[in-house]
Amino acid sequence: MTEKIKFTLDGREVEAAPGETIWQVAKREGTSIPHLCYLPQPGYRADGNCRACMVEVEGERVLTASCQRKASNGMKVKTASERAKKSREMVFELLMADQPAREDSHDPKSKFWNWVDAMGIDAGSRYPAGERPVADTSHTAISVNLDACINCNLCVRACREVQMNDVIGMAYRGHGAKVVFDFDDVMGSSTCVACGECVQACPTGALMEARLVDKETGKRIAYEDKSIDTICPYCGVGCQTTVHVKDDKILYVDGRNGPANENRLCVKGRFGFDYIHHPDRLTKPLIRREGAAKRECLIPRTRDEILDVFREATWEEALGKAANGFKRIRDTWGPSALAGLGSAKGSNEEAYLFQKLIRQAFGTNNVDHCTRLCHASSVAALMEGVNSGAVTAPFTAAQDAETIIVIGARPAENHPVAATYLKQAAARGANLIVMDPRGQHSGIARYATHVLNFKPAHDVALLNAMLHTIIEEGMVDVQYVQAHTEGYDGLRAKVRSFSPERMAPVCGIDAETIREVARIYAKSRTSIIFWGMGVSQHTHGTDNSRCLIALALVTGQIGRPGTGLHPLRGQNNVQGASDAGLIPMVFPDYMSVEDEATRLKYEKLWNTKLDPNRGLTVIEIMHSIHEGMVKGMYVMGENPAMSDPNVRQARQALCELELFVVQDIFMTETAWQADIVLPASAHAEKLGSYTNTNRQVQIGRPVISLPGEARQDWLVIQEIAQRMGLPWNYQHISEVFTEMTSVMPSLKNISWERLEREDAVTYPCDAPDKPGNEIIFSQSFPTKSGRAKIVPASLLPPHELPDDEYPMVLTTGRLLEHWHTGSMTRRAATLDALEPEAIAGLNPRDMKKMGIDPGDMVVIATRRGEIVLKARADRDTAEGMVFIPFAFAEAPANALTNPQLDPMGKIPEFKFCACRIEKISAPQPAEAASAAE
Amino acid sequence: MLADKDRIFRNLYGFHDSGLDGARRRGAWDGTKFFIDKGHDWIINEVKASGLRGRGGAGFPTGLKWSFMPKNDPRPSYLVVNADESEPGSCKDREILRHDPHLLIEGILLASFSMRAHSCYIYFRGEYIRERERFQRAVDEAYGAKLIGRGNVHGWDLDIIVHHGGGAYICGEETALIESIEGKKGQPRLKPPFPAGCGLYGAPTTVNNVESIAVVPDILRRGASWFGSLGKPNNTGTKLFQISGHVERPCVVEEEMGIPLKELLEKHAGGVRGGWNNLLAVIPGGSSVPCITADVCDEMTMDFDALSKAKSGLGTAAIIVMDKSTDIIKAISRISYFYKHESCGQCTPCREGCGWMWRVMERMVKGDARKAEIDLLFDVSKQVEGHTICALGDAAAWPVQGLIRNFRGVMEDRIDQRQKALKEAAE
Repeated sequence: MTEKIKFTLDGREVEAAPGETIWQVAKREGTSIPHLCYLPQPGYRADGNCRACMVEVEGERVLTASCQRKASNGMKVKTASERAKKSREMVFELLMADQPAREDSHDPKSKFWNWVDAMGIDAGSRYPAGERPVADTSHTAISVNLDACINCNLCVRACREVQMNDVIGMAYRGHGAKVVFDFDDVMGSSTCVACGECVQACPTGALMEARLVDKETGKRIAYEDKSIDTICPYCGVGCQTTVHVKDDKILYVDGRNGPANENRLCVKGRFGFDYIHHPDRLTKPLIRREGAAKRECLIPRTRDEILDVFREATWEEALGKAANGFKRIRDTWGPSALAGLGSAKGSNEEAYLFQKLIRQAFGTNNVDHCTRLCHASSVAALMEGVNSGAVTAPFTAAQDAETIIVIGARPAENHPVAATYLKQAAARGANLIVMDPRGQHSGIARYATHVLNFKPAHDVALLNAMLHTIIEEGMVDVQYVQAHTEGYDGLRAKVRSFSPERMAPVCGIDAETIREVARIYAKSRTSIIFWGMGVSQHTHGTDNSRCLIALALVTGQIGRPGTGLHPLRGQNNVQGASDAGLIPMVFPDYMSVEDEATRLKYEKLWNTKLDPNRGLTVIEIMHSIHEGMVKGMYVMGENPAMSDPNVRQARQALCELELFVVQDIFMTETAWQADIVLPASAHAEKLGSYTNTNRQVQIGRPVISLPGEARQDWLVIQEIAQRMGLPWNYQHISEVFTEMTSVMPSLKNISWERLEREDAVTYPCDAPDKPGNEIIFSQSFPTKSGRAKIVPASLLPPHELPDDEYPMVLTTGRLLEHWHTGSMTRRAATLDALEPEAIAGLNPRDMKKMGIDPGDMVVIATRRGEIVLKARADRDTAEGMVFIPFAFAEAPANALTNPQLDPMGKIPEFKFCACRIEKISAPQPAEAASAAE
Repeated sequence: MLADKDRIFRNLYGFHDSGLDGARRRGAWDGTKFFIDKGHDWIINEVKASGLRGRGGAGFPTGLKWSFMPKNDPRPSYLVVNADESEPGSCKDREILRHDPHLLIEGILLASFSMRAHSCYIYFRGEYIRERERFQRAVDEAYGAKLIGRGNVHGWDLDIIVHHGGGAYICGEETALIESIEGKKGQPRLKPPFPAGCGLYGAPTTVNNVESIAVVPDILRRGASWFGSLGKPNNTGTKLFQISGHVERPCVVEEEMGIPLKELLEKHAGGVRGGWNNLLAVIPGGSSVPCITADVCDEMTMDFDALSKAKSGLGTAAIIVMDKSTDIIKAISRISYFYKHESCGQCTPCREGCGWMWRVMERMVKGDARKAEIDLLFDVSKQVEGHTICALGDAAAWPVQGLIRNFRGVMEDRIDQRQKALKEAAE
């Protein structure tokens, strides 16, 4: 125990912990000292520049900033002495002089004006006003009114120290000091990534959400009538949010102090919420009109076009038709003629109910979801190696790591809040090693100590060469290997031939760099590996992951704080949906469907005979439809018509279904092929638990009501179950969670009440009153032997190599602003304004060679199809490569991708196929044409 | 008057060789090893005993400051020499750097040794380009002669790193200077922690003025009692005075502390232009200290205590003399402009207050103000003073306070005249 510090605060004896500031102690003791530049939130250091929190310390000539001054023994502090009060008042008066008057101010309810009220300062200043900067409305998401700025530099700290984006700075000097974006650019043309951290930090309304501000007057026009604590609907980071609502519409979103985000958000989480209010929302059940042919084509945007193909129906009719149809197919063709695709965007409860419905009512294990398209191979390798599909440490463990390897992941775009932790770790001195065939210039590479832009699809060559170096140079943690692993000898034999010198020409990284990186990883006290789709989405994705697991195991870089393996999970609930058994091979908690004891347990529990065979995966289901095996399908919240590889084939398959029921919030490309479309609930409308990439089970709460006749997803699933004759009778979503906890050991000690109370609990958790274990495998592994299995990987080429006809390499992925297939983000006004059209990223050198200018339309073709889209000069794309984000329905990247699967993970090779580019000669502009005449 | 034998800076005017040989002939680098052999604490105690007070302006006892450095700290210790001489009126360090650099280098070695520092950074004012070149040459000579550097003849490894600033006044503030050396924007840090606890690169650091360090070798050579015997109690030793403004011969001169101002001006600067009776006011310590009126100057002695008793300060002993032709309001307004221009802009009272004070001062120059605004101006200056992150706020407030205290009548007359002129123009 460290000594408590005793000092006097306003005449009272008080105690402080070492390091505690006067402001913090005063706050605890019930004295609120005014503050402007101080934000008592994680990540924000006190700066002491506004001088609003000045207090008097007896015996000191000058006043001191209480936000920054640490308490010390015997100190006598007066927080409200005449001198301190007068000094504070002058600070406010000086600041007010240059502000617009309160009635004209941008946000009369800002923290600044609230303090003016609280201190009883007569609004108005004795001092004349200085010059006022003009408004900057160049950014679509953020309105900038620096006339309200008080130079408190919270936005600078937000941008540079919290989010590590380094866009905002304080330039110039003295009275001319001002907040600038990049080199004093307007915000709209700066490198701002619109995380909005500055907006949340600003105490004056100088930076505000543009949608709250009237464009003409620059004044804030809307205030919330309620605020609800929930979580973000987008990625696997699982940021906690506070959603502010007015008249049943979301007004704006703030980050909340969750374990994975500490108040931070990214552009999607903060500004991408308005898709739920989009007029495209489905509000009534739809049934395909008699004779309306199923066509695979671009989706229509208008309601009329939809109503040409579908007719509105009652829930009664739609549900009856769906349930009866499934029953008919099941009874006619057998259970294996049915399949279901659940969603990683839905809650744990929905995922659990969905797989339960498919297994119990449909009687098949043909149930899968989009994990198949993202981390299936990682999970396969992890299950094989350590018998657990989840991360071994949260991404926040990067803070304790000496070395961080990020391979095949672009967290600054796809997990922006997680990226802030990596960047912070690098800034405080950690080695950050980024391995990616694409550059990450504007992302984490700026903070990296090493950047390895290796040749695409040659991960195994690079990683095996690292393993070779570690073994050859005696950097293996022998004790760890002996005590905790098996299969080491096989690995040693395998990688013997993978010397860095031999692998250098294969993977494109010189031998010395490979050796250096291997040494840094192995010799660091703590090293952690993060990986993403670049590793998993290959026909050898499982092998890639095996190498990473082997790296951690042979060096013992696992099971301790700051070490581990972390596949960054994509969807907000892909971890939870997988845990809940939305996988064809396993029941909840990854218990094999082929294991008799497990099956018997569930047969008893659900009182039904269950399918003893593995079901089909996403892509296999599509093939089966083609082959006439699967005839009926239920899709909830998935969009395979955009997300599957070789999407044309997938769309054709969907057209062939006898009964196709889609439950979604929009008429997606998939729903367009459906027979019955059920209007579902969006994330912001429902209650449920979600599990993020860190294994944190978090609660999401409804913030607005459902539109029209749309229904809660879990109730729809239950209705179908009931109509198929199952005695389901859940009254509340919590009952589903309670049932899950009874069958899933991973959720032990996590009750619904606890979730409601704590908002987030990490699993596994040892006791109802203890926090969960963030770092796992510190003692042993959950395998039969207690040891982890090292599996060597061979060098396999990608399935389709470039040739004369298709000389380039196509790789796909995401953009910061757009989520997956774009069904949400393309309908979020701010996000779609930031990235409005389909683009193909090309290396500027390639563009020059091919005579393509940025903005030219190009045709990109593969053996499976072609799309037309705009070329973008992208120095992150290597020469000979093309990058296309798959979010754009008008130019679906997955019309091009190769559906070849990894043999173990059944994941398609989204990250590599051969393609060809042709420039479309621009149509002559009308003006030029008429001038020619 | 200071006897020639008691002078420390014997090449102040550059009449002799400023190189190593010349410096040696004047006694520099003599017995340095002997002092080092006496140990860290002996040097600190000698400096303490000499009564040397910091020559950068604040007058903090130098030996005491050195003793704040931690003794058994795993972090390295640093000495930083502040050669960012930017206070308007000050030009003494420049003469040392130009003409007696070896006294400073020797002082750096002794001071660094006493504080267990193996690295010393010297931060040059941006405009001191030739001075930096001259000093670098002397440092190179010292390295060449193995007087400093690794494995030098004195047995205490020492590197001197010459750092050239960009030309901001605020970088003369010790923590802003440290930030600037670290490659950051030169903005003062909040204190505590003070540099002795957490300074350059987070390590214990002492920042000293050029003159404070350059006098140390002579103090050790001639003894603390010799230095202490000069000047007045608590204000000992010799001091470089810089006399500018309305005198016949502006100059820099080494004199005894506590010399009467009148004697100083008349002996060394040829007296006030137009005679002593033509004196209006004197700013005795560089632009930041409040001015004193002619009648106060009659009996004033030039030392820390006497000047602070007169509500002014010795500062850097940069004496700015103003005769009766001076528009004192305009002069102070110009100083306000300087501080407004040099404020780093970090904290509210200084950023907003300096600008505001200057704007009001500009109106005061014209008399375009109400008399009540004089009180408001004084009030604001009192709110800026002591409420800012660093002393720049104080430095901006004091000249204005000095003006109002001493020349309120002049300011009121100006306002009356303006009112009268406006009235006449209207009629």
